[in-house]
Amino acid sequence: MKNRLFPYLTTLGILLLAVILSLAIGSVFIAPADLWTLLRSWLQGLPIPGGLKTFAFIITEIRLPRTVLVLLTGAALGGSGTAYQGLFRNPLADPYLIGVASGGGLGAVLAMSINWPYSFWGLMAVPLSAFVFAMLTVFLVYTLARVGRTVPTTNLILAGVAFSAFATAVTSFLIISSEGEVRRALSWLMGGSSQNSWQTVLAVLPYLIIGLGYLLFNGHALNLLQFGDDQAQQLGLPVTRTKTLVLIAASLATAAAVSFSGIIGFIGLIVPHVLRLWWGADYRRLLPLSLLAGGAFLIIADILARVIIRPQELPVGIVTALAGAPFFLWVLRRSKNQGYW
Amino acid sequence: MAPLLKLEGLTVSYGQRLALQDITLQLPLGKVMALIGPNGAGKSTLIRAASGILPGYAGKIHINGDEISDLTTMQRARSIAVVPQAVSLPPAFTAWETVMMGRTPYLNFLGQTSASDETIVRAALARVDALDFSDRRVGELSGGEQQRILLARALAQSTPILLLDEPTAHLDMQYQVALMRTISRLAHEDNLAVMIALHDLNLASRYADLVALLIHGRLDAVGDPGDVLTVERISNAYNLPVEVIRHPFHQVPLILPSDRDDYP
Repeated sequence: MKNRLFPYLTTLGILLLAVILSLAIGSVFIAPADLWTLLRSWLQGLPIPGGLKTFAFIITEIRLPRTVLVLLTGAALGGSGTAYQGLFRNPLADPYLIGVASGGGLGAVLAMSINWPYSFWGLMAVPLSAFVFAMLTVFLVYTLARVGRTVPTTNLILAGVAFSAFATAVTSFLIISSEGEVRRALSWLMGGSSQNSWQTVLAVLPYLIIGLGYLLFNGHALNLLQFGDDQAQQLGLPVTRTKTLVLIAASLATAAAVSFSGIIGFIGLIVPHVLRLWWGADYRRLLPLSLLAGGAFLIIADILARVIIRPQELPVGIVTALAGAPFFLWVLRRSKNQGYW
Repeated sequence: MAPLLKLEGLTVSYGQRLALQDITLQLPLGKVMALIGPNGAGKSTLIRAASGILPGYAGKIHINGDEISDLTTMQRARSIAVVPQAVSLPPAFTAWETVMMGRTPYLNFLGQTSASDETIVRAALARVDALDFSDRRVGELSGGEQQRILLARALAQSTPILLLDEPTAHLDMQYQVALMRTISRLAHEDNLAVMIALHDLNLASRYADLVALLIHGRLDAVGDPGDVLTVERISNAYNLPVEVIRHPFHQVPLILPSDRDDYP
């Protein structure tokens, strides 16, 4: 039991630490002691000490919603990346490689360019539009890649990469031809979370709860799919239905993630790999862990993005790639254990 | 004993090509039926069709009287277990985890396993003599060990029907015989209905109660090994002259492939 809980406790610990750091660090540093005082007075319903009122505002209105949004985005990308890898039985499948993220991004930008500036319902429409486009992308890429009744993985990835390039080009065109806001949109394109409010959190939450919630129930199904469609079916899994629903759920989560946080690469690829390398290939464990680890990883990247060129901010997508790629290569190189996938 | 698996006029086509044509066959409980025939004769297709995973087929596939396409995937997996060839298995699961997958048709939607599932998995592993390496990853196991794990997984499904697709293909003599002995005991002692596709005619002759010969997707003959494994049938099926002699200890035929050059 101790052994089983260890991965969860470790990732949860890292996540908690990341959240605390994310609340403390920014253009104004809030000391852990002050954080503790604030937390205590909130929990006990006491009035906030006068000197900490500004800090309290910064935390509740700026840093906490941002941290929560980043956490949700990371969890969505980590979780859907794990699901895609399991679904396609391919270590390269991630939301970007098969085009879903770029397709969803195109949908999000379309919605934003129509509805600029935002109303609350306009805000809700962004992830919806991203989802519709993400699903269209999945359908299109799947159809293009299909040969008879099978979908060869190479075809899938080639079609995904090609469509991804197309969608990204259209997205860039839309951004450049929209007036004002270009800088902000460009930073969105590179994964800068420009909208950080509780409203944004509320707008993505329903999509994430449905998408990720469904994925969490499918760990065993993904385990079975690793044996191939024939065997999975002979073991009692309704393969076509399961694959379709998992694909929809993962695309829903991806769409919600990209709609406000933009194009953040690498998380969906790295997180499942590292977890698999450390704690094995059982998807019943891999899926929940990838949510926690994805969230933690993106929060840490977001902190770095705020700190590196202070007082300015880097788009977090740059940080995930800058930090993620070498880390991933290091882990890959260091592992003597070849059979982990 | 009523036949458990019954095929009637089963016809399967892949596009234009007829893979199986008008197969009528009954698999009774407590018997091992060997499915033989040259490459491409339709042995694997027959196994796949009988396991219910081919969506389009003509004719009937009855399990205990029910048409297989009327059953849910779960129901089918409680009646029929399939042992595939041990090629490209996911390497990262342990042998134990792999065998536990056989319990899928009995698990709830979370895939939670119970103590009784564990008892069944342990018994299945013991049956194929694999308890020693149950904690090791499948990728670290030899071909013979992997094949035993797949048999254990099928046994963990606790089904009355067991279908095996050339399970001896990658095994050396020792493991071929060990596997066939286990399979024969499963049929005769545990009263399973077993159908096994085999390339090795002598294994079929020695261990099967019934032999079914497929040629070009048609059932050429089915019956006792001695009746099916004759010089005429086999040399015709494989387009090769053969000699058939008696096994020195058992009253079963032994097939020796010959070469046209052997007959001046």
